[in-house]
Amino acid sequence: MADTTSPRASSSVTRTPTSLTQGSTTKGGIGESTLRPDGILKVTGEFAYSSDLWHEDMLWGYTLRSTVAHAEIRSIDTSEALATSGVYAVLTYDDLPTEVKNYGLEIQDTPVLAHGKVRHHGEPVALVAADHPETARRAAAKIRIEYADLPVVTDEASATAPDAILVHEGRDDHHSGHVPHPNIVHRQPIVRGDADAAAARADVVVRGEYVFGMQDQAFLGPESGLAVPGEDGGVDLYVATQWLHSDLRQIAPVLGLPEKKVRMTLSGVGGAFGGREDLSMQIHACLLALRTGKPVKIVYNRFESFFGHVHRHPAKLWYEHGATRDGKLTHVKCRIVLDGGAYASASPAVVGNAASLSIGPYVVEDVAIEALALYTNNPPCGAMRGFGAVQACFAYEAQMDKVAAELGLDPVEFRQRNAMEQGTVMPTGQPVDSPAPVAELLRRVKSRPLPPERQWEVAGGAADVRALPGGLSNTTHGEGVVRGVGYAVGIKNVGFSEGFDDYSTARVRMEVINGEAVATVHTAMAEVGQGGVTVHAQIARTELGVTQVTIHPADTQVGSAGSTSASRQTYMTGGAVRNTCEAVREKVLEIGRRKFGTYHPAWATAELLLEGGKVVTDGGEALAGIAEVLEDEAVDLELEFRHRPTQAFDLRTGQGNGHVQYSFAAHRAVVEVDTELGLVKVVELACAQDVGKALNPLSVVGQIQGGTTQGLGVAVMEEIVVDPVTAKVRNPSFTDYLIPTILDTPTIPVDVLELADEHAPYGLRGIGEAPTLSSTPAVLAAIRNATGLELNKTPIRPEHLTGS
Amino acid sequence: MEFLRPASWEEALAAKAEHPSAVPIAGGTDVMVEINFDHRRPEHLLDLNRIAELQEWEVAGDTVRLGASVPYTKIMEHLRAELPGLALASHTVASPQIRNRGGVGGNLGTASPAGDAHPALLAGGGEVEAVSVRGTRLIPIDDFYKGVKRNALEPDELIRAVHLKKATGPQQFSKVGTRNAMVIAVCAFGLALHPDARTVRTGIGSAAPTPIRATTAEEFLAAALDEAGLWESRGVLPPAVARQFADLVSGAANPIDDVRGTASYRRHALGVMARRTLGWTWEQYRGTEQDELDDRSKPCA
Ligand SMILES: Cc1cc2nc3c(=O)[nH]c(=O)nc-3n(C[C@H](O)[C@H](O)[C@H](O)COP(=O)(O)OP(=O)(O)OC[C@H]3O[C@@H](n4cnc5c(N)ncnc54)[C@H](O)[C@@H]3O)c2cc1C
Repeated sequence: MADTTSPRASSSVTRTPTSLTQGSTTKGGIGESTLRPDGILKVTGEFAYSSDLWHEDMLWGYTLRSTVAHAEIRSIDTSEALATSGVYAVLTYDDLPTEVKNYGLEIQDTPVLAHGKVRHHGEPVALVAADHPETARRAAAKIRIEYADLPVVTDEASATAPDAILVHEGRDDHHSGHVPHPNIVHRQPIVRGDADAAAARADVVVRGEYVFGMQDQAFLGPESGLAVPGEDGGVDLYVATQWLHSDLRQIAPVLGLPEKKVRMTLSGVGGAFGGREDLSMQIHACLLALRTGKPVKIVYNRFESFFGHVHRHPAKLWYEHGATRDGKLTHVKCRIVLDGGAYASASPAVVGNAASLSIGPYVVEDVAIEALALYTNNPPCGAMRGFGAVQACFAYEAQMDKVAAELGLDPVEFRQRNAMEQGTVMPTGQPVDSPAPVAELLRRVKSRPLPPERQWEVAGGAADVRALPGGLSNTTHGEGVVRGVGYAVGIKNVGFSEGFDDYSTARVRMEVINGEAVATVHTAMAEVGQGGVTVHAQIARTELGVTQVTIHPADTQVGSAGSTSASRQTYMTGGAVRNTCEAVREKVLEIGRRKFGTYHPAWATAELLLEGGKVVTDGGEALAGIAEVLEDEAVDLELEFRHRPTQAFDLRTGQGNGHVQYSFAAHRAVVEVDTELGLVKVVELACAQDVGKALNPLSVVGQIQGGTTQGLGVAVMEEIVVDPVTAKVRNPSFTDYLIPTILDTPTIPVDVLELADEHAPYGLRGIGEAPTLSSTPAVLAAIRNATGLELNKTPIRPEHLTGS
Repeated sequence: MEFLRPASWEEALAAKAEHPSAVPIAGGTDVMVEINFDHRRPEHLLDLNRIAELQEWEVAGDTVRLGASVPYTKIMEHLRAELPGLALASHTVASPQIRNRGGVGGNLGTASPAGDAHPALLAGGGEVEAVSVRGTRLIPIDDFYKGVKRNALEPDELIRAVHLKKATGPQQFSKVGTRNAMVIAVCAFGLALHPDARTVRTGIGSAAPTPIRATTAEEFLAAALDEAGLWESRGVLPPAVARQFADLVSGAANPIDDVRGTASYRRHALGVMARRTLGWTWEQYRGTEQDELDDRSKPCA
């Protein structure tokens, strides 16, 4: 390889001191790069994913999906399927056991099985359980469905036309009252200052229209799980998901069971990225299990997975930026139209994010913003890493480059002049009350040395094609290749916003086993690969001074941990673990005081810590072993943890303290473009990010590199292509939905800042999403820099660069 | 579905004669995908993996007899000198895992217009050894591709090997995909100079219902080289000749718009690849770039 700088070697961490007393001497505590327990198993292929679940006499479930995007269902005939030998059950809408037949994250608009109508390509219509997956599939093929096609709405014009067919008739959800058209799920304007008046002060005004394609989470472990009927009439569900309790809340009513009779356990999750926030096979497997009295496993294949989860909203964005000659932004006006597809999923919250983060990490007093999500007959869209902020960042960063060019300013310099800081007020009126080192992050990526020119040349002047656009496809040996460099920076919120009661629960138990004090941490946190289980053990060691920490499997026998999304899990469930550990520590010390208080005055007077298995004073004097204190007593507590409350955005003005915390990352992209063939090689994608406090620096760098790569994917290749006439998905496979291979993944040097947020546990900042934002526009900017083309759509395709 | 596992070539031919609709499976990298996607549910699968000779190749005289199941990895590792175009093409196929399983026999069996071996085979020239219990015939590669994913095999025939002329001049292969590795071709181009015969051959992939040659372009180039005495003089190739060749290659294509690319882009890209590969092969023929070309086609991790 041309550039083999190891990501770890080229990563640096800059700390501002965080005051840590408890845990500063415990090995394997926070701040260390302890290794993840699932790492080696995953790399060697031994990790058990939900698709590996097995039960002695289980059946296989299969989902029959619509082959058309919008149609009335005239009839469904299941008789032949039912008569197939080996088939135990065939279910349609008519077999649903209760009055609750829909589910949904926020709006319950999604039918468990289609009723009278299908609204998008691939919608579940019927279920089959059989003794073999092949039998189930063949039986499903014998189900006869008579469709009567309906017209499709696929974009803003067709969806909001006066005579447009309504995707959902008779809406009565809490957004239906304020939207301008029933095919708009939610609309959020934000008005602050007077953008029109400010525009009059602008020396330059730049307008742009941008298009963001539909990205898929493309997690490697397809949707899968196993439902086992219980003797009490309930069901045990083992499943890969992002939020067990949110699933539970939606599953139980459809089954007609109380929540305590639906016992959920997290199974091995092969990635999520937002795509497991919505239900997929959960209710279906439970229905089949309860109907047949047998365990039922459902595993989607890759093709089905493309229909089995929501995608990132494709978007059209219109922006107007104004600036004065001295390089200060005067105003921003924007309009963001997100395609939510056939069902609401997370669309309302994505709208709130897109609107509130629409101008980026900049100081702008006068703004006029509108964001909305449509109902269409396209595939449903919902949560994906970056959640509304990604689409906006792609557009506002393109605008920032355009304005800088118009002013003749360096693009980084122009951004720095307008960069927000701690204290800046957001368009929503919310002040940013923790560090916002936007200018500094840009400075850091810019000051890195550039990779050498003609980095593909090897000794003797030959070319290593792997370092060139086209790679092994051998399309160029340097001909037509032009380098470009581009910058971008973004802002992402952390945690659930807009007044949502966002909390996490942690249960911590401390006891003596074989003479040693050990801790058990039990949460319902979905480990989707982010490394939460590693961090929880680190926190428990830090707070409780123990070495041995057992992480209990995540299930619904403990309170909700909230979602593994919104960059929130280390903050929230990590915060909950710390919070419960603190309470456990107090109990341990109480027991100690009770037992030993009379022997040493320090028990009453000193600040006491748990370190290295002992109770020690802050002066370092050991008072007793924890094991001696506890003996056969166990301390066992389950507590909830909440972040600061937030407020809803005003429906007309968008004002409100809607967000918990903000997260910032900046990128510099260096690309080589084959300008004749329109092929791109991203050579380096340097990132600088403020993480508040790196609880596990190695995991932090991993998250940043992963997010960066996902952003690169949607810059140069990833797109679900939906036929504009039929609304059918044209590339539901990894043959034609391309994600970056290791050869497409550049060197990603990472520069980690740790500027503590005093409101957050350990001062940490949620980190998972911010790098996904700025990566895409940085790559686009670099390609524009190389080609001189405007490029208003992502992902770019070769023909966009060659004009053919 | 019945799984037939012949232990010898003769048994395989007999099984194919008995069950003409049986689907042979070699590396399985096409067959298993089709089965998994439910595009195909044959009554019989005919496993060729126990037949050792399909995995072997022989270099004799001026030809290579390449067993149908020789995986791409082996071609890259062992036949780079004899079959440089095919070795380059092999290196662009999929990923190391797939290249360890898949081979030219399977690529020919599928006969997809996007199969990467085809442009190299067309440019290099050769014959497909098709065998049945009735006997053996050699099908010229030019006559092998009959339609979208249709080939010239009779239902009872199996591919034993391909007979390929050892390269007598420089060969190149180039493929456009929207990813830098592991990608199905948007379009591909193979070029071989045959200085011994004073001819040039080409192969175009993914830009017509079948893999095709750009015969007008070939004839134009051969004539231009002849007229200017360039085969002998090894002189510089006039840019106008390269341009005209590129235009004729793009003109030979008959591409469509699909999810992988537009027809006009495919035409454009073929022109660029034709011009570049001609430049590389010609420079190599002139003897100035020999070492570098060797380096380039070296296998990598
Ligand atoms: C992830 C992935 C990526 C891929 N990428 C590429 C790529 O970049 N370029 C490319 O060209 N292809 C690609 N392919 C397709 C495939 O790998 C190739 O077509 C390969 O050459 C098939 O060889 P095989 O031995 O695996 O064939 P098989 O799957 O075993 O067979 C393919 C066809 O040939 C028939 N067949 C096999 N052997 C014989 C025989 N001896 N006689 C008669 N018929 C026979 C089979 O019946 C079947 O119809 C990819 C496949 C996968 C799964």
